[in-house]
Amino acid sequence: MTDYSLDRVPDLAPSARYKFATRVLPLLLLALILLSIPLFEPSRTWLSLFNAIGINMVFALSYNMLLGQAGMLSFGHAVYFGLGGYAAMHGMNAIENASYDGGIWAAFPMFALPLVGFAGGALAGAVIGWPSCRRAGVPFAMISLGIAELVAAAGFMFISVFGGEEGITGDRMNGVELFGLSLGPLGEVYWFIAFWTFLGVALMYAFTRTPLGKLAQAVRDNPERVQFVGYNPNRVRYLVFIAAGGFAGLAGGMSAVSYEIFTPESLSVIPSGLVLLMAFIGGARYFAGPILGAVVLTYMQSNLSDYSEAWLLYLGLLFIGMILFAPGGLAGLLLSGTTALRQSLSGKGLVRAGAFAISALLSAAGVIVLVELAVRHSNGFGEAFEPFGFHLAPDQMMPWTVGLVLAGVGMGSLKVLSKQGGMGS
Amino acid sequence: METVVFALLNGLIYGLLLFMLSSGLTLIFSMMGVLNMAHASFYMLGAYFAFTLGQHTGFWFALFLAPICVGAAGACVEKWGLRKVHARGHVAELLFTFGLAYVIEELVKIIWGKFAVAYEIPPELNYSLFELFGSQYPAYRIFMLAVSIAMLAGLWYLLKRTRVGLIIQASLTHPHMVSHLGHNVPRIFMLVFAAGCALAGLAGVIGGNYLVTEPSMAFSIGPIVFVVVVVGGMGSLEGAFIASLLIGFLQTFAISIDSNFAEIFSFAGLSADGDIGRITIASLAPMLPFLLLVLMLMLRPRGLMGEREF
Repeated sequence: MTDYSLDRVPDLAPSARYKFATRVLPLLLLALILLSIPLFEPSRTWLSLFNAIGINMVFALSYNMLLGQAGMLSFGHAVYFGLGGYAAMHGMNAIENASYDGGIWAAFPMFALPLVGFAGGALAGAVIGWPSCRRAGVPFAMISLGIAELVAAAGFMFISVFGGEEGITGDRMNGVELFGLSLGPLGEVYWFIAFWTFLGVALMYAFTRTPLGKLAQAVRDNPERVQFVGYNPNRVRYLVFIAAGGFAGLAGGMSAVSYEIFTPESLSVIPSGLVLLMAFIGGARYFAGPILGAVVLTYMQSNLSDYSEAWLLYLGLLFIGMILFAPGGLAGLLLSGTTALRQSLSGKGLVRAGAFAISALLSAAGVIVLVELAVRHSNGFGEAFEPFGFHLAPDQMMPWTVGLVLAGVGMGSLKVLSKQGGMGS
Repeated sequence: METVVFALLNGLIYGLLLFMLSSGLTLIFSMMGVLNMAHASFYMLGAYFAFTLGQHTGFWFALFLAPICVGAAGACVEKWGLRKVHARGHVAELLFTFGLAYVIEELVKIIWGKFAVAYEIPPELNYSLFELFGSQYPAYRIFMLAVSIAMLAGLWYLLKRTRVGLIIQASLTHPHMVSHLGHNVPRIFMLVFAAGCALAGLAGVIGGNYLVTEPSMAFSIGPIVFVVVVVGGMGSLEGAFIASLLIGFLQTFAISIDSNFAEIFSFAGLSADGDIGRITIASLAPMLPFLLLVLMLMLRPRGLMGEREF
């Protein structure tokens, strides 16, 4: 009789199966992907692309600790990436020196250098975050911008630390070997990057499950209420800021070992803007968003730039399009697409989704034709845009009309479709 | 003495140019609560429009036409872009304008090329007006000064002495009340945004040939304009004016000082061999605005003359 009421209470806690499927399985999947990539024996270009993606993944996720989790828009996150990277670079040189002269650094494995980067980034976060985390929103964004400009300028001034314009270089094939990796060939660097990428992603995911991570989300959504509950939002922001700085430094350390060079450019506002684009285009509201963003943008950066001079324009247009029409980013689009499919596998729903996809493709194709024609026209070499065997010359009227019609039809039907009832928004 | 006079004059011109940029930004900022990251891009558009229009109509028509074109572009951006994001809060708006700055820079690169264009001072003004301490002083700088002052007076008159200005001022602080009184507040927002962009465009028309017209010009001056707005204080044109002049003088004076830290702090035993001793005051000049920004946000978040924190 006494237990009667307890029996009636539904068990609201997620089942063990659900927990496994949402919390452990994705990480196992990531590990599986990372482990299986070398089985395909990728070429050197692919390997270096994967390395860059791994670094950017950790960097973008660390940025999203600020933007997505704590709601802090920073324009200077590369400062922590760069300072962590410089710390790792100096660590690398210390290891090299110690391998001749002896010393504590001689026992430090090159493989563990990202830890130095983490420490450097976290320390920088702790110092810089102290004054800047007292404000949120636009003032925080402005402080981060100001500090990024200051640090970048200081980077060019203090030559003994940052190496001036040419930066500082090192040699990663020194010190104690860990896991039998000399870190010489690119394939071994891949294992190094894969290890730290997995560890970084897993740790940052674990961070979202900690009380601090949950509090950060509360601060993002309603700082006033957090204050009522008895926490200091500024303190929460500060702690998250330090952690984000640390993981950015980790990415910097990975980059230092992978490229063996660091220049003051990496501290500047331009990489800070790029990581912002990665996190937002991927989807700042989802943990996996920045991972997607890092994959897509790094791929674009290394491959699309070969095909088109205007790839930065496409990037900007993609970013603006995401802000206007899909604030959930790529991850949000994927998620709403799959849930829509699962809920209504009716013919009508499929037709609608197909119509959406086709009109989006049409408008993208139209914009691309116009932009590529414009690029070739302004270059003035008389070169033609030749996609899939078509011959589109910028000095004729026809290609321009084709582009305009494609873009017009695509955008028009998008507008009609979204008026009939929202999807993806 | 002559360094001081020249630095004062150049600082005044640079400061007024900054004010032309920041006055529009301040109005937009205090009305919509959004710092328009793309504001300097409109400045750049002004310079490029003037360059292209000037080839067909001459500089004097371009002086009026280019800002109008930039204003129209601004109105379109507000109506079809910013207004949609407005509901999603300031961070989304900030991000939108950030993306817009990217897009405008890339578009400019495609249309006008990656390198600086030959946008030159009109020949009518390309002479030296007077001689000061044996150096010639270009007439064009005095022309810039005159345009800036005319704009300053016009803006002041519009805002403080006309009915339109009254409505704008009211919608800065009480947009709901103004809309209850029957004014179309979204349209006022659009007009203010367009006017702010047009002012930035005007700054581009007269600044583009004084400095240099290239695709990176927006990126180099944009952050400094934020500094002016933040230091001046939210919603305060007076504050923006003071801050513009302050930063104008600060930068031009710093550039004209040619000593390094080792010379200044020699009493403290600083040698010119170290990194710190080698830093010259002139090389610090680009950093000074940002130092001011960070300090201001930490110590006095509402800026010099701002009425409220943002």
